[in-house]
Amino acid sequence: MAGSAQSSVRERNDIASRVLRTALIGVSLLFLALILLVPVASVLGYAFSRGLSAYVQALREPDTFAAIRLTLVTAAIVVPVNTIFGVSAAWAIAKFDFRGKQILITLIDLPFSVSPVIAGLVFVLLFGAQGWFGPWLRENDVQIVFAFPGIVLATLLVTFPYVARELIPIMQLQGREAEEAAVSLGAGGWTTFFRVTLPSIRWGLLYGVILCNARAMGEFGAVAVVSGHIRGLTNTMPLQAQVLYDEYDLVGAFAVASVLMLLALVTLIVKSIVEAFGARRRRAVLTPRQPA
Amino acid sequence: MAAARGWVSPSVLPGFGLTLGFAGMFLAAIVLVPLAALVMKGASLPLAEFWRIATEPRALASYRLTFGASLIAAGVNTVFGFIVAWTLVRYRFPGRRIVDALIDLPFALPTAVSGIALATVFGPQGWIGSWLLPLGVKVAYTWLGVVIALTLIGVPFVVRSVQPALEEVDASLEDAAESLGAGRWMIFRRVILPTVLPSLATGFTLALARSVGEYGSVIFIAGNLPMRTEITPLLIVIKLEQYDYVGAAAIGLVMLCVSFLMLFTINAINGWRLRRVAGRR
Repeated sequence: MAGSAQSSVRERNDIASRVLRTALIGVSLLFLALILLVPVASVLGYAFSRGLSAYVQALREPDTFAAIRLTLVTAAIVVPVNTIFGVSAAWAIAKFDFRGKQILITLIDLPFSVSPVIAGLVFVLLFGAQGWFGPWLRENDVQIVFAFPGIVLATLLVTFPYVARELIPIMQLQGREAEEAAVSLGAGGWTTFFRVTLPSIRWGLLYGVILCNARAMGEFGAVAVVSGHIRGLTNTMPLQAQVLYDEYDLVGAFAVASVLMLLALVTLIVKSIVEAFGARRRRAVLTPRQPA
Repeated sequence: MAAARGWVSPSVLPGFGLTLGFAGMFLAAIVLVPLAALVMKGASLPLAEFWRIATEPRALASYRLTFGASLIAAGVNTVFGFIVAWTLVRYRFPGRRIVDALIDLPFALPTAVSGIALATVFGPQGWIGSWLLPLGVKVAYTWLGVVIALTLIGVPFVVRSVQPALEEVDASLEDAAESLGAGRWMIFRRVILPTVLPSLATGFTLALARSVGEYGSVIFIAGNLPMRTEITPLLIVIKLEQYDYVGAAAIGLVMLCVSFLMLFTINAINGWRLRRVAGRR
């Protein structure tokens, strides 16, 4: 008697569990589909709404082509510079103990919490016509704001933390013994870095660089403030997408957007690969070796 | 020996001066000096003048919209982000890994892309907008559109904060509660929720902080009517386009202070979370 009552409770519970499970999965998928998947699918839908040739035509339009080139050149400057910064900061922070380290980490993260519009505004205030250095720049005929240097500066600021952020925890976790051993065996600083440190941080470094690159190519707010929107000259790809959208050229705007979206998807794929490698490495470290 | 250089412990490793020096100088040049320029520009205004610009009706309306929509979006993400995190941690279903990878999409997707995509999809002729219009729901060019854009960019914050916390919930505690006769709701409220609460708070604050400064994904769908659908970052851009540097700096300084406040809050919540984890061990 008691047993059958018990089992009927268990069964009801199980049906309820299954209903709950289905409902929660359904709610999750519906939410993500509406808020993420539909917009992403729409980019491709609108980009190819007039066929493949219209799409290719839109990308070969001279102003769009110039925007793609400007974006690539900007990223080619910003990403290496911020990578060198990130590696330097992570080396100092992870391999040494000094006072003020926590403050330094907080300051490096600062650009993450500042609005992109502010990141552009600060350079206008410094280098704009009415800015601190405005008169001096005009006298010497140097243009920074509404020109290429301003775009590079604003992009440097918004992508500043990415590489450092990825590397600091990895290098802290790694410890210092390997490097200390290498140095005490007579290896120089560069040899130690390239032969000992780099091999064990390369996946994290790659992910940081990829993230930095994605943001550098896709940045909109900060660049919009400093660029001046000169067609074919200071429009990056996201700005060109905006210009075309405002002119009701949907195929053109979404063609540019689709290229940027491809970049985002590549970034996500690299992230998944890096995480899979990282997990395998962690397992390898955690599994105790058999005594010989 | 340690006292020799005072603030840095001795080490056999080379390159401390070089790397810290370069990192510090670059940090100062790219981040600290420019931000200081904004603070100085804002602070150079007489206080009454600063107050007048920062509290003019158009600015106040933009704060209301920015913070109101950000709070709603972060709230929506807290509820749905928890459900998504729960689904990903507790259930196995086909396509789970793809869904899990998709969560990070808003981190990687340029904001202008999500901006024009949302504005078109939710526009009167768009895939979803044309379908909502007969129901009398207008999304594009209303505050609802701002909320939807901010919800999109906030998705990863709550999910990625809550996932590790949910993985750490002790299954034996749940079993014990069940064997003592606790129902499903009771277990959720008394065992699971207290464990993940700090992570939920972290996710909420991170999403809120990101939303308040967001520009690219919002301006296309917002319609940008002064006093009605104009967010604060856009107001700064408009002031700059009118060469009103002083006005832009004043509003920018208000936003910068809000950012610092959020950063402080996030650190405080993190400290709370870490203390709770330490207390349990």
